[in-house]
Amino acid sequence: MSADGAAAGNGRGGRIHVNNVLIALGEGESAFQAVSGLDFAVEPGELLCLLGPSGCGKSTLLGALAGHQIVTGGTITVDGEPIDGPSPDRGIVFQQHTLFPWKKVRHNVAFGPKMRGVKRAERLHAADQILELVGLSGFKSFYPSQLSGGMQQRVEIARVLINHPRVLLMDEPFSALDAQTRSRMQEVLLDIWTKIPTTTVFVTHDIDEALFLADRIIVMSARPGRVIEDLNLPFARPRRPDLVTEPEFVRLKRHVMNLLRHFGEAAVTT
Amino acid sequence: MPAPRHSNQRQGLRWLVRAFSILSCLALWQFASWAHLNLGALTFRNVPPPTEVVEAAVVLFKSPKLLAHIGSSLARVFAGYGGAAAVGIGFGFAIGRSRTASDLLLPPLELLRPIPAVAWIPLSILIFTSSELSMIFITFVGALFPIILNTVHGVINVDRRLLDSARSLGGTRLAILWEIVLPGAAPSIVTGLAIGMGTSWFCLVTAEMISGQFGIGYYTWEAYTLQNYADIIVGMLVIGLMGMGSSWLLTTLGKVLMPWRRPAVTR
Repeated sequence: MSADGAAAGNGRGGRIHVNNVLIALGEGESAFQAVSGLDFAVEPGELLCLLGPSGCGKSTLLGALAGHQIVTGGTITVDGEPIDGPSPDRGIVFQQHTLFPWKKVRHNVAFGPKMRGVKRAERLHAADQILELVGLSGFKSFYPSQLSGGMQQRVEIARVLINHPRVLLMDEPFSALDAQTRSRMQEVLLDIWTKIPTTTVFVTHDIDEALFLADRIIVMSARPGRVIEDLNLPFARPRRPDLVTEPEFVRLKRHVMNLLRHFGEAAVTT
Repeated sequence: MPAPRHSNQRQGLRWLVRAFSILSCLALWQFASWAHLNLGALTFRNVPPPTEVVEAAVVLFKSPKLLAHIGSSLARVFAGYGGAAAVGIGFGFAIGRSRTASDLLLPPLELLRPIPAVAWIPLSILIFTSSELSMIFITFVGALFPIILNTVHGVINVDRRLLDSARSLGGTRLAILWEIVLPGAAPSIVTGLAIGMGTSWFCLVTAEMISGQFGIGYYTWEAYTLQNYADIIVGMLVIGLMGMGSSWLLTTLGKVLMPWRRPAVTR
């Protein structure tokens, strides 16, 4: 990063407070509690993984953080401000296919600045810079459909980070990728996150992924999702790919697997 | 990569077969007309052979009448279809995006929709003071419903996650309409425009046969009443050509406006 200074702009990101949150979905007889009694904080610049079985409400919680989902009970605040609808301050990256198919890569990335009224030359310059950071300089004038899945996710990350969000939300962003691309993308993400430190909440059902990426993992139970363990990871950064074979990694993995087997009735795939 | 030779040869052969198919149809027609073929329920006694049709076509193409006929037909289609496109896309957006607009606009439209546009001809002659306007109106009605319905379909089916993403990136209501909903619905809108173009021509030709003064439908019907039988078929061919031309125009427009639908390179 050069003059743009996304990192310098707002320090290390926002502090998230999740206070006794309950989210109920559905209506009438089919209503159910997606998550209940959630209570935790995410420190500025922290990379937190929400880990849990499918249907444990972790994506629902992320939707609430993004402002797309209304909270039934409790409060969520970022830097003390309650969440009131979606905002570029809380950028979200979905699993797949949310790039605008009709916009070329650099115009997808420049969308946020365009909405803020940034001049064309200026926003395209910013887009080019951040595309360089995610390693896609050569693909500026491609349409999303011309890119591989991993490349598309890089564009998604760039499109969110160009807004200098206080919080980066990621909803199983790599789960649709093949195993090799996925681990490559995990390294790419850590690399970007080191260059632009941002409070990050990363939702996944993949234990290896959570252990490899996170400073801290919150393990959730099956529906209604509750916190069953809040785990600080001791691994140093930068993380190397062979981390996954170290004894401590394997020990923690076994520990988390046991937790999920106990509290998550749904099968957990790794 | 060059295609293997045998596939090239096969392609050539297929074109030969296709040409043969068309030529045999023409030959059968020529024979039937020449022989005054009479099959009881069906007779070729009054059907001119292709050679006469070509002669009549040459005469028409040389005369200034052709431009006048085509010109007035095109002007009507331009007005009626253009109006239907504007109203249809506008209404489609409103219905697709707003529940109130949907409740307000959709019920009368649903009631009118099953009535074929051609059935409007007598009433529209009564309503409009000039036959010109009544023909434009029929063309309008013919194109309106497919355009509205396809626009609504396209607008409603824009991927929710794209809308969520746009909102998360700071998109305002108006910006989302322009930047996300319009391009997202574009393929469906173009489909509606293409279907509308077909029905629009169909309705125009019918209306011209009934109340026209000029126009290619009128020309065809006039040829029948004046017993210039070769001209009937010339009229039919011109109508076909114009329909073909307008649908080519729409396909091209679609390609130009939606370049992301067929990108040149794929990774």
